[in-house]
Amino acid sequence: MRYSGFKVIKEALTGHRGWGPAWRDRDPASAYDYIIIGGGGHGLATAYYLAKVYGQSRIAVLEKGWIGGGNVGRNTTIIRSNYLLDGNEPFYEFSLQLWEGLEQELNYNAMVSQRGILNLIHTDAQRDAFIRRGNAMILNGADADLLSTAQIKARYPFLNTDNARFPIKGGLAQHRGGTVRHDAVAWGYARGADQLGVDIIQNCEVTGFLIEDGTCTGVETTRGPIKAGKVASCVAGSSSRVMEKAGMRLPIESHVLQAFVSEGLKPVLSGVITFGAGHFYCSQSDKGGLVFGGDIDGYNSYAQRGNLPVVEDVCEGGMAIFPMLGRARLLRMWGGIMDMSMDGSPIIDRTHVDGLYFNGGWCYGGFKATPASGYVYAHLLATDTPHPTATAYRFDRFSTGHMIDEKGMGNQPNLH
Amino acid sequence: MIIDHPLLGPRDSAEFTYLGDASLIHRPDWEAKDAISQFAEYGYQRDNPAGTHRELWFHEQGDRSWLVVTRSTTTHEITQVELARDVARREGRST
Repeated sequence: MRYSGFKVIKEALTGHRGWGPAWRDRDPASAYDYIIIGGGGHGLATAYYLAKVYGQSRIAVLEKGWIGGGNVGRNTTIIRSNYLLDGNEPFYEFSLQLWEGLEQELNYNAMVSQRGILNLIHTDAQRDAFIRRGNAMILNGADADLLSTAQIKARYPFLNTDNARFPIKGGLAQHRGGTVRHDAVAWGYARGADQLGVDIIQNCEVTGFLIEDGTCTGVETTRGPIKAGKVASCVAGSSSRVMEKAGMRLPIESHVLQAFVSEGLKPVLSGVITFGAGHFYCSQSDKGGLVFGGDIDGYNSYAQRGNLPVVEDVCEGGMAIFPMLGRARLLRMWGGIMDMSMDGSPIIDRTHVDGLYFNGGWCYGGFKATPASGYVYAHLLATDTPHPTATAYRFDRFSTGHMIDEKGMGNQPNLH
Repeated sequence: MIIDHPLLGPRDSAEFTYLGDASLIHRPDWEAKDAISQFAEYGYQRDNPAGTHRELWFHEQGDRSWLVVTRSTTTHEITQVELARDVARREGRST
């Protein structure tokens, strides 16, 4: 079924009896050419591009719970491509370009809203660093715009520009950045993949790998063994738990990141603002809630819930620049589990086991990467060579020293 | 989370900073033949278990001692707290 304005009107006039499920919930077959472990945004996007762009078939996506029930539904929905380093920026700009065409591509309203993202500047040194980053972005085909305090004040009059500790001295804007309805990304890719013949199998947890003579030939699951030509792990947050079943240790720690939504307010915040010095960022959802977040809790966790000191810290960061935030009540908060990698950048690579591939280590930046992550992972699976925008995301960079460390924090995952 | 410090009693975890897996106590021998691969493993690879995890916490806003905390990564429950110094000596680290 193709969605259109005409279809909406027709259904409205005929009692909405013509809508069917957007995708089919399949039972597993005994064998596939490709098994993708993890029915989140990245896994579903991988399946979609594998079928659509690389012409592959007999593809299954295995999800231990329900699709869209993991991190793709737990993030703060921001898209951007404002990175500095060569290993990252072409990839994230590719992703932003895919976002720009996503709804037409999928025939699905993902509410891609390019409302702009603004990184605040507080010191001369930070301005120098942001100018450099903006230039790196422009060199890679992205957009970047250095704003003065007056320009920022004109758009966001409520910002406290005269905070004694962190006065706002300007900002680096990426006007093409913005937000996306995150659940719709999972649903849209699921629908697109399903239409191309991908089997989406829910409530099917991978419990082990079938490995013969160093080659992965399938997976063990809670719904029985399934044979596969190639197996692709795509389970950021649980990567270590899954890959441990193939005997791998990863350059990853799992950490909990909390996110917050205020009660619904009238439109007040038209774009996305990040306050890096206090590690606070905020946007306003279309329902009116202020969606915000900050630092990870900082200790290994798989608990999907955090602790109160970080709640206080994030809210203090918010109050420092948005004094008006103090009048809004916190409506919801939750935690998601991040693959925090050793250099803050992801890994998309083959493994030491033939036929077993890995995608993970997204830290807390995985959502914006969803389309490109799926695209380049599909490229790797179909061709056994890395996509040109993802050549740096190798496992061996941690032993060869080719780290992609945007923040220069070193091998301390809770600081990225 | 409350960390029951062996010397100071129960303290809020917010007083501490977190380093990571307690296996970091055992730094490889820099003179070993395979020191490069040992250090790559030591510096970058982690078990990252779901369940019991022994980890290093530093009492930065307290007595500045290093602790080995045994904690569940699925429930955040802390079951054991020891001075890292004691653990290192017990496990045979000389320096």
